[in-house]
Amino acid sequence: MMFALTALVLAGFAAPWLCRAWGPRAAGRMALLPAALFVWFLAQLPAVRAGDALVQGFAWLPGLGFDFTLYLDGLALLFALLITGIGTFVVWYSGAYLKEDPASHRFIAVLFLFMASMLGVVLADNVIVLFVFWELTSFTSYLLIGHHHEDDSSRKSALQALLVTGLGGLFLLAGLILLGLAGDSYDLSVLMENKALAEHPLFPAALGLLLVGAFTKSAQFPFHFWLPNAMAAPTPASAYLHSSTMVKAGVYLLARLHPVASESALWLAVVPVVGAATLGIGACMAYGQTILKRLLAYTTVAALGAMVMLLGLGVEGAAKAAMTFLLAHALYKASLFLVAGIIDHETGEKDVRRLGGLRTHLPWTACGAGLAAVSMMGVPPTFGFLGKELLYAAGEWPWVFAVSVLAGVFFFVVAALTGLKPFLGAVQPTPHTPHHEAPVALWAGPVVMGALGVLFGLVAPALGHHLIGPAVTSVLGQPAEVKLALWHGWNKELMWSLATLAMGGAALALLPRIRPALERLAAVTAWGPDRAYQGALALLNAVAKGQTRILQSGSLRTYLEITLLFVLATGGTWMLRSQPVPVAHAETSITMSDVVIVTLILVATLGAVFSPSRMAAIASLGVVGYAVALLFVLYGAPDLAMTQLVIETLTVILFVLAFHRLPPFTRRSSARLQLLDILPAALVGIFMAALTLAANRANFAEPISGFFAEHSWKSAYGKNIVNVILVDFRALDTLGEITVLAVAGLGVIALLKLRLVGKGGPS
Amino acid sequence: MSIIVGLLYAAGIFLMQRRNMVKFLIGLALLSHGANLLIFTAGGLTRGHPPIIAEDATLADPLQADPLPQALILTAIVISFAVLAFALILFLRAYQTTKTDDLHDLRSTDA
Repeated sequence: MMFALTALVLAGFAAPWLCRAWGPRAAGRMALLPAALFVWFLAQLPAVRAGDALVQGFAWLPGLGFDFTLYLDGLALLFALLITGIGTFVVWYSGAYLKEDPASHRFIAVLFLFMASMLGVVLADNVIVLFVFWELTSFTSYLLIGHHHEDDSSRKSALQALLVTGLGGLFLLAGLILLGLAGDSYDLSVLMENKALAEHPLFPAALGLLLVGAFTKSAQFPFHFWLPNAMAAPTPASAYLHSSTMVKAGVYLLARLHPVASESALWLAVVPVVGAATLGIGACMAYGQTILKRLLAYTTVAALGAMVMLLGLGVEGAAKAAMTFLLAHALYKASLFLVAGIIDHETGEKDVRRLGGLRTHLPWTACGAGLAAVSMMGVPPTFGFLGKELLYAAGEWPWVFAVSVLAGVFFFVVAALTGLKPFLGAVQPTPHTPHHEAPVALWAGPVVMGALGVLFGLVAPALGHHLIGPAVTSVLGQPAEVKLALWHGWNKELMWSLATLAMGGAALALLPRIRPALERLAAVTAWGPDRAYQGALALLNAVAKGQTRILQSGSLRTYLEITLLFVLATGGTWMLRSQPVPVAHAETSITMSDVVIVTLILVATLGAVFSPSRMAAIASLGVVGYAVALLFVLYGAPDLAMTQLVIETLTVILFVLAFHRLPPFTRRSSARLQLLDILPAALVGIFMAALTLAANRANFAEPISGFFAEHSWKSAYGKNIVNVILVDFRALDTLGEITVLAVAGLGVIALLKLRLVGKGGPS
Repeated sequence: MSIIVGLLYAAGIFLMQRRNMVKFLIGLALLSHGANLLIFTAGGLTRGHPPIIAEDATLADPLQADPLPQALILTAIVISFAVLAFALILFLRAYQTTKTDDLHDLRSTDA
C-alpha cells in the first residue's frame, strides 16, 4: 500500500516530463499505473474477505505516538478499487479530452496527486494521517476545479470548494483529536473496536465535529452548494470528484465511524435527517436544471444524501444498501459525466433540451451512456436496480421510504435526460456537428463502466459475497454476510420499484410543462447557503481591508506607536500585576563618578533631542556614546568600552560625512503634536526603567556564566573570558555577526552604486 | 542606571516619531544605547572587576563581572552600527531620489 501511494505521488511529480516526452500518448501510458494498482488491490480481495486486514506502517512521530499506518479492510478495499479503477479511465480520458489544452500536463500531474491523496484517506489508519490526506484532497481538488484559472467563475468555484471543505477539515481535525483523547488511541482500527467509546463524555462533541467535517466534504445540506459549482472543473475531474473520490470521502468517514457511532443518539438524530434533506433538496434543485453537467451534479448531491441517510439509520440492511448503492452510483455517475464531457467536446452544446439523435455519430458513446442510464434508472437486471431495491428495503420508517421513492423517480428522470435523450430522437443542430465517433480513450470508460453496471447485476450473488460483504463487515464492525440477488419474489420492494419506473416515465413526460415552475423554485433556493457563503466572504474581505487600512497606514510613526502601545499594554499590565515596581533599589553604592557620567548622558541626550542644529545633535550623540563607554569602563567591561569608543567614532564620522548631503533640520511637527508624542515616549521610558530594575533582581535560572568562567582557561586557554566567549564558545554567533556586518556593507555599497546609475539614467 | 535606560529609550522613541530622517536615525542610535545598557544592568553591575582571569590563576575570580552580557553587548554594538550605517545610506538614497527627508511623505511606494 505504501508503494501504491509512493508510486502515485512520484507519477504526479513526473507527469509534466512524461507528458513532454511521450506527447499525446502520455496519459494512456500513465493510466497503466492506476490500472496496475487496481489489479494489485483486486489480488488482496481473498485475504481481506477472510478477515485479514492488511496493515503497513512506520513510526512517523514517535514522540507524539503517531505512526504512519495504513490499513486495508473490506471498506477500504471497496473504495481503493473504485479510486484506482475509475482513476484509470479518468486519466486515459483526460489525455484525449485536454489534447488541445497547453496545461494538460499540469492537470494530469494534479490528478495523480489527487488520486494518491484520496487513496491515502481511505487507507489511513492513524487519524492524523487521515486528516493530512483529507486536506490534501481538498487542496488538490482546488487545483483541479480551478484548472481553467483564466476564468473568474472557475477560480471562484475552486476557492469555494477549498474554503468549505478546508474549513470542514479543521472541524474534522478537532473531532479526530477529541476522539483520540476519548479512546486513548489514534488508530482508527483500535478506536472502532472500542465499543465503550460511545459512553465517553467527550464522544458527543467529537462526533459532532466529525459530522461537520464529513458533511462539508460530502456536500450535505447546508454545505451542498459547493458541489454543483465545482463542475467548473474540466469534465474528467468532475467525473472523478463526483463518482468515486472527494465527495465520497465524507461517506467513507461516516462508514468508518459507523461501528462505534451508529448507536449514539446524536448520530441517529442528525445523520439520517441531514441525508434525507440533502436528498430532497438535491432532487428538487435538479429538476429545474437543463445544463447536462449541472443536472448530474445535483444528482450527485441527492445520491450522497441517500448514502448518508442510509448510513445514518444504523441498521444492517441500510448499511448493505449504502454500500451497494455506493458502488452502483460510482459506476453510472462516472460514465454519465464522461459522456457529458464527450457530448460537450464533440458538439459544443451543454443544454439537454437542444441535444438529440447523437447515436448515429457517436455509437459507442451512446452505448456507454445507455448502459449507465438504465442502471441509474434502476431497470432490472442492472446493478442500479439492486441498489434501489435495497434502498427501498432499508426503509422501515415511512418517511425514509417516501424519500427513497422520490429519489428513485428523480434518478429515473435525470438518467433519461442525460443518458438517453441526447442520443435518441431526431438529430438536433449543435454548434459543431460530430462527423465521427470520439477517440477510444474517451468512450472506453463509459462503455466499460456502463457494462459493469449491468454485469454486476447479473453476478450479484458473487459480488455481494466477495466485495460488498467485506465492506459491510467493516461498516458494521461485525461479520456480515451479504446475499444479493436480483429476484426476491413478488414482494413490496419489487412492486414499488416497478411503480417508480412508471412514475418516472410520467414525470419525464410532464417535465417540459412543469419546468418553468421548477425554475422559479430554483431561483428561490438561490437565496440559500450559497448567499450566506458569499456574504461571509464579503464580510471577511471588508474586515481585512478595514483592519489593514488602520494598521498598515504606511506612516512609520503610526507603526511605531501601535507597536509601542502594544508593548506597553501587555508588558505594563504584566509588570503591574506580577510585582510592585521597586521604587528604591540600591544597585551599588553611588559614587561621584557615577553622578558625573549620568549627568553627562542626561544633558547630552536632551541636547541630541532638542538641538536645532544637526551638528550639535550629532555631537551630543557622540557624547552619549562616549559616556556609555565610560560606564562600561567603570563597571568592569573594558572590552565593551573599547568597542564602544571605536564604533562611536565611526558613527559620528559617518553621520558627518553623510549630513552635508542632507537638508538642515526643519520643524515639521507642531508643538502640540510634539507634546502628544512625549507621552508614549515617556511611558516607554518609565516602563523600560522599571524593567531594568526588575530585571536586575529577576533570576530565572542558574546563569551559564559560571560555566564560561570555569572553562575559559581549562578548555579554551584564554584569560579574557569575554573574548573567549566570542571567538570560542559562541564562535558561530560571532560568525553570524560578521555576516550581518558584511551584508550591511554590501547593502551600503549597492545603494551607493545605485546612485551612480541613477544619476546617469533618465531620472 | 535604570534612569539612564529609561531616558535613552524615551529620547530615542521621541526622536523616532519625528518626521525628519536624521532625527529618526539619532533616535535609533540612542535606543540601541539604551538597549545595551539594559542588558548590561540586567546582568548585574560589578564595579572594577573585569572578567579576565588573573595571570597566575586558572579559574575566574567569583567577584568578577559577568562576562556573558558583555559578550552579548559587544555583538549588539557592532550590529547596531551596521544597521545604523545601512539605514543612514538608505535614507540618503531615499532623499536623493525623492527629494524629501520627511518620512511622512514616504508613505506610498508610488509617490
